[in-house]
Amino acid sequence: MSELMKVSSNPHVRSKSTTSSIMLTVVIALLPAAGFGIYNFGPKALLLILVTVASTVATEFLFEKICKKKVTIGDYSAVVTGLLLALNLPVSAPWWIGAVGGVFAILVVKMLFGGLGQNFMNPALGARCFLLISFTSIMTNFDCDAYTGATPLAALKSGESVNILDMVIGRTAGTIGETSMIAIVIGACILILFGIIDLRIPGTYIVTLAVFVSLFGGRGFNWPYISAHLSGGGLMLGAFFMATDYVTRPITKRGQYVFGFLLGVLTGIFRIFGPSAEGVSYAIIIGNLLVPLIEKVTLPKAFGKGGEKA
Amino acid sequence: MNSAKERLVNGIVKENPTFVLMLGMCPTLAVTTSAVNGLGMGLTTMVVLALSNVFISLLRNIIPDKVRIPAFIVIIASFVTMVELLLQGFIPFLYDALGIYIPLIVVNCIILGRAEAYAYKNPVIPSLFDGIGMGLGFSVALTCIGAVRELLGAGEIFGMHVMPESFVPVSIFIMAPGAFFVLALLTAVQNKVKIAGERKGKDMSKIQSGCGSDCMNCADTGCAKRLIDESKEKAGEEEKKND
Repeated sequence: MSELMKVSSNPHVRSKSTTSSIMLTVVIALLPAAGFGIYNFGPKALLLILVTVASTVATEFLFEKICKKKVTIGDYSAVVTGLLLALNLPVSAPWWIGAVGGVFAILVVKMLFGGLGQNFMNPALGARCFLLISFTSIMTNFDCDAYTGATPLAALKSGESVNILDMVIGRTAGTIGETSMIAIVIGACILILFGIIDLRIPGTYIVTLAVFVSLFGGRGFNWPYISAHLSGGGLMLGAFFMATDYVTRPITKRGQYVFGFLLGVLTGIFRIFGPSAEGVSYAIIIGNLLVPLIEKVTLPKAFGKGGEKA
Repeated sequence: MNSAKERLVNGIVKENPTFVLMLGMCPTLAVTTSAVNGLGMGLTTMVVLALSNVFISLLRNIIPDKVRIPAFIVIIASFVTMVELLLQGFIPFLYDALGIYIPLIVVNCIILGRAEAYAYKNPVIPSLFDGIGMGLGFSVALTCIGAVRELLGAGEIFGMHVMPESFVPVSIFIMAPGAFFVLALLTAVQNKVKIAGERKGKDMSKIQSGCGSDCMNCADTGCAKRLIDESKEKAGEEEKKND
């Protein structure tokens, strides 16, 4: 009985999940996509993934040592950042691209703004865009031993036909982790089953993009065209793993629908009207920047405030 | 505090217009794609700054208080026009590289700021050195930013190739985002140096304006006082009218 008599301050109901358990689940959920990338593109993909993850973890460790802060590499968030960044690199990229990107993601995007929870933009995507602007030719060279030629989205943009089945399985050119829709969806199911993410943002994002593409894609409601847009490029990886990042998504429920809608529209605009074939990463980081505004307009009323007529 | 040497040190180090006062950000970010451009912009601004400081200081007892800003602008704009024509005639490559940012020196807040905060209240010789000091500080800052951006973004410094052949230029550094990265980085470095100096017991905290008081904690003394006085005078006059 004595246990019942214990007096403790609130909160009384605690969740078992911690930052490290959540991040570890995300790492596990990313493994199918990473594994398929390695199977698809060969050992060089594995090397690139290892270098990038090592670079993010080492940067976080060194920064916190030098600044005499608490070392937080045990929460696996740097591993998630490194893994996501690596999955966003083309396999033909030299190893130092992963290292530079990892340093930029952790040092500039995350640590300089105060570490995990303070970063205003997804570190992996921030670094990807940094690399994309800095080393455009390297980052858009998808030629490798297995595949040559354009990515499905680029082919689609120039009016060529694409093989949907190959895109769903992942037998196409692209970045290491984005090609296989099946592998990503398996990972997403893990996240949803464990309650790490819900479908609000990814669902709104994907549906909005599908509607946008059928309205403005110039081919009407053409099912193969729409499914090529949905399974091509970084959409699935971005929608399930990056747009749902706890730090850089809105915390209000209505805000998350708005966020997903915004991402869908931006991605559609970039893909259809923009000069490049892909626009998921830019859409998400622009969405990240608008999160404070979205939260401000979707703030729910506090209990007891407002009502019929205040 | 008005000695020539003190003014020069003040402009280059203590009150560096770019890294400490954070003035003139528009040319700082826009033209520093290479060290030469940064140096050219800095020196051009320095010439205008020194000359306008001298003239404003000479005319400080003639210019009425209420129209001082338009008067400053007229003086500054005249010098900018002269410098622009000289650049166009004698250093055309710099003229082409700096483009619209030469006429925009007229509205550079460093020049207007020094006119208002220093030259308008101080004798000619200190004002001249204040202008040169500030101009040199601006030149040093712009050249540093330009050099870092050129080195990382193109592998060169002052147009000379210095990086090894295998270096792949990080082209974001010669684009707009790179300017922000480098400016923030260099400002952080100089703050670090300053804090280290303070630990050794040197007083580097006060950013001093021309009036000799501390701008950070000025409130209603120093140059802000005049504005408050004017508004009080106006309020007083209106009260009298109402009576």
